[in-house]
Amino acid sequence: MHVLDLDYMLGLLPILLGYLPLTLEMAGAGMVAALVLACLLAVVRVQRMPGLNALAMLFISFFRGTPLLVQLFLFYYGLPQILTFLVAINGITATILGLTLHFSAYMAESIRAAIVGVDRSQTEAALSIGMTQGQLMRRIVLPQATRVATPTLMNYFIDMIKATSLAFTLGVTELMGATQKEAAGSFLYFEAFLLAAIIYWVVVEILSWLQRRLEKRLNRAYQR
Amino acid sequence: MIALNGITKRFGEHTVFENIDLTLEQGEIIVVIGPSGTGKSTLLRCINYLETPDAGRLTVGNLSLDAKHATRREILALRRRTAFVFQNYALFANKTALDNICEGMIVVDGLSKAEAHARGREILERIGLADKANAYPASLSGGQQQRVGIGRAMAAKAEVILFDEPTSALDPEWVDEVLALMKHLALERQTMIVVSHEMQFAREVADRVVFMDEGRIIEQGPPGELFTNPQDERTQRFLRKVLANNPI
Ligand SMILES: Nc1ncnc2c1ncn2[C@@H]1O[C@H](COP(=O)(O)OP(=O)(O)OP(=O)(O)O)[C@@H](O)[C@H]1O
Ligand SMILES: [Mg+2]
Repeated sequence: MHVLDLDYMLGLLPILLGYLPLTLEMAGAGMVAALVLACLLAVVRVQRMPGLNALAMLFISFFRGTPLLVQLFLFYYGLPQILTFLVAINGITATILGLTLHFSAYMAESIRAAIVGVDRSQTEAALSIGMTQGQLMRRIVLPQATRVATPTLMNYFIDMIKATSLAFTLGVTELMGATQKEAAGSFLYFEAFLLAAIIYWVVVEILSWLQRRLEKRLNRAYQR
Repeated sequence: MIALNGITKRFGEHTVFENIDLTLEQGEIIVVIGPSGTGKSTLLRCINYLETPDAGRLTVGNLSLDAKHATRREILALRRRTAFVFQNYALFANKTALDNICEGMIVVDGLSKAEAHARGREILERIGLADKANAYPASLSGGQQQRVGIGRAMAAKAEVILFDEPTSALDPEWVDEVLALMKHLALERQTMIVVSHEMQFAREVADRVVFMDEGRIIEQGPPGELFTNPQDERTQRFLRKVLANNPI
């Protein structure tokens, strides 16, 4: 048993922090793409668009029903064998793709529930004054659904940041991959992974704090 | 002028009403009464196209359309000419009282925000809620919410305002202020069709009372005649029951 090597950890901190941007970029890109895809899926589901609805349900069922790690391997190692033009897909792209598809499936269901949860009589009221379906969605339903869905979507974003650590299994040197390499060099596994854990933890805490502030703001607007 | 000709509505196998005819002159105030499940709400909703009629013609002012085959444009035009006041207010929860009233003027009529707000504030003044412009529905009493609901309908400058039991979801203490506002509109000769169980209101305000039962207009006439001397046996029975509960 050895004492915690704090000097090593302090020295390692700037090195690991250097990989944080890649982690956040993958999560950020995945989040934006997943939000767009999730909104599309949710609208298809809410409107029960013929044909598309069944496809959306299949998509959601598959990506919620299988482990993210399996999906990542499927994209990175499996897909290029079938779609040969994908030979050049790199680990970062495969990770972003996997995160996008995986989390969009979950987010679509939250968004759908939030849309359906908006009181139906408000929809009728909007139609009764001559608004179109699009106007009604943009101005009445989505603003209210957003407020309901935001906390859940923020939670998914937090999950997604943590899930980027799986990219290291695709050979990407992000925060987790870099920690692994550093630890293998120094043999100070405990210090290295503890530091990585603390970095993830601090990032998530900052986001949770933002989340609470955002929720307060969103709720305040309805209760003056 | 508002005219319904041969309006028919079915839900699946169930025919709610068939071949309904009803005509209103501009400025006329009609109160529709009748037992529950008779199709009063469905009829109002057909006029605003919240329900799609299965047959018939709808005429509102200079717009006349084949109710079953109306185009998207016609439907939007019809809706802008017919405003609806809902039993449960149905205010936009994410908008202030002022914005609830202005929404249609801005989005549908294309008024500038400034113009809309100026008119919106006039309407708030008229419905007695000038001090509540920035209040969200959740913070208003039932009576205040329904007055905003009526304000939203007034803002449409519609040819006719359709009221579906506007006071029946209200706590008794708020009923009078809403009826008072409706009477005020009636004095200004705002054309309206009101589905209501408020017999006193019907007697004071209606030009004509229409009695519906089982999807048919059984009889209609000025409240003085219909209430004191109903012709049809079903009308007599209904009035006996209702007037026993809340005598005029
Ligand atoms: N969306 C719907 N789907 C199927 N049936 C419906 C629907 N809306 C109304 N109905 C039926 O149509 C008939 C007329 O209903 P409606 O609500 O118009 O009656 P009403 O006269 O307004 O009654 P109340 O006084 O209780 O409000 C009822 O038998 C009702 O069950
Ligand atoms: Mg009804």
